[in-house]
Amino acid sequence: MRDMNIAFASGKGGTGKTTIAVNLAFFLAYSQQQVQYLDCDVEEPNGHIFLKPEIHTRTAAKVMVPVIDQDKCTHCGECSEKCQFNALVTLPSNTLLFPELCHGCGLCVRICPEGAIHEGEREIGFIEKGKAIQNIDFVHGILNVGEPMAGPIIHEVKRQYKKEHIRIIDAPPGTSCPVVKTIHDADVVVMVTEPTPFGLHDLQIAVSVAQNLGKPIGIVINRQNGEFPPLVTYLLNNSLPVLMVLPEDIEIARCYSQGELIIKALPLYIDQFMELAVNIGRLLGKTKDRR
Amino acid sequence: MTHIKEMVIVSGKGGTGKTSLAGALSSLFQGKVIADCDVDAANLHLILQPEEVLQTKEFTGGKKAKIDPERCTKCGTCREVCRYDAISEDFTIDPFSCEGCGACYFFCSAMAVNFSTRLAGHYYICSISGNGRFVFAELLPGEDNSGKLVAAVRNEAREEAVKTGVNFILIDGPPGIGCPVISSITGTHLAVVVTEPTPSGIHDLKRIVDLTHHFQVKTALVVNKWDIHPGYTREMKQYCAEQNLIFLGEIPYETAITKAQKEAKTILDFAPDCAASGSIREIYTKLHEILEEV
Repeated sequence: MRDMNIAFASGKGGTGKTTIAVNLAFFLAYSQQQVQYLDCDVEEPNGHIFLKPEIHTRTAAKVMVPVIDQDKCTHCGECSEKCQFNALVTLPSNTLLFPELCHGCGLCVRICPEGAIHEGEREIGFIEKGKAIQNIDFVHGILNVGEPMAGPIIHEVKRQYKKEHIRIIDAPPGTSCPVVKTIHDADVVVMVTEPTPFGLHDLQIAVSVAQNLGKPIGIVINRQNGEFPPLVTYLLNNSLPVLMVLPEDIEIARCYSQGELIIKALPLYIDQFMELAVNIGRLLGKTKDRR
Repeated sequence: MTHIKEMVIVSGKGGTGKTSLAGALSSLFQGKVIADCDVDAANLHLILQPEEVLQTKEFTGGKKAKIDPERCTKCGTCREVCRYDAISEDFTIDPFSCEGCGACYFFCSAMAVNFSTRLAGHYYICSISGNGRFVFAELLPGEDNSGKLVAAVRNEAREEAVKTGVNFILIDGPPGIGCPVISSITGTHLAVVVTEPTPSGIHDLKRIVDLTHHFQVKTALVVNKWDIHPGYTREMKQYCAEQNLIFLGEIPYETAITKAQKEAKTILDFAPDCAASGSIREIYTKLHEILEEV
């Protein structure tokens, strides 16, 4: 396994995406692989709690925002009429910008007949890079509180890809645009679910997102406590392979609540993570055969 | 007519028990409209079991661009103006990368770009037992604009409250702190943050509280599964005092909550005598008093 993107998603929050992702990252690094962990859950990044990186670089994540030269502006209304995000409003004597609504597309800059708009920058968060335990290369993005748009930060995190690494990518919960942006270039998507009606309901939506993108999908069932028949049926009917099952175990919960890795604190689970790594490899192999 | 009060349940971190608490509280509040604003991954309907869908509405998201190959002259202008790398070398647009800004549409000299809205989801107005109303939505997989859909759900909930003559709306919010969360909390009277005593829980709690403060929403805290780490629970209570948050209560770890979920019941219906149910009833009593005052 080398130079690939393994994304972890779930639909429902709190199913254990980060837990599985950081433990797999550690396992692979321990097995002499070059590993990069990228936390794309920029609203609530948590991977650092377990991987304990020493941060060596911090850079601002910026988006383009228009700057309006009010002296040149004739208030013709062309920009505000064409802006799809309602970020510009033209008043009789002024053109106003609502920066939080701006998607940085640059349309207004190009379209202004007076050349009265130029490009400025706005900081919406930051990216931190460092070395985590077991020499794992660590990157996460953090959205500033109050900023609505995670997309540009996710994009910035993904620009930090290191070649010749296995890249473990932690996705945010949900099933909408930030998830799509995160798993867009994944070679395989690992869906972490829990055997409950909530878990299954959201898994189904997340799976259809990944299927629409044509991604190979594998399933991790976390906190298994007796089989949940509707989940088993769903996985069978959709030919979704189960890569790993972790039982409901109070010791795992305790590990988590202390910011520890399962495979360091509870070595009996090392085999499960080895199996997960092997199964991900198989899933990728199969996909390549099909091509 | 009395003023309508809105209370939102949020968490920052996912999976801390927002929906389980929302489901349980909704059975205690009389005269309410319930709104599920976790439009990416709505779950509350699995517990509330709506009696009947009274109305289904379509939600159209932003526009998306599509190139008509018949008209396209392959001049390359669209690729130049697109900032999202959404247009391939053979001039097809990846709908998942397209932000819907319209740059390609407005600058195409051959008028080869179609730019139109499309269906992005549905929202449903339902009746639930006790003559209540419940509004929830389903965003189509992978769509954007979930903040806008949240706003639509909240509007609908307000209209239903007026129509049915009730003055309380209970909102189940999404995880995170981004666009749909902002859309769920702005203008509400009380935000209830459900957290768990773990390092991730604490980390995410601080960010969601910064957000509710940023939008000047009165904030209260519930620690779920408090007994898995009493030390962190204490830390959270202290944080509550420092930040001037209302401490609503703590719920013990209870395996019956998962069992209740599997039977599509609230914990109050499934195991009314368990300690968790007792805590939730106490939280309700406090909430009732707080809501009188806000």
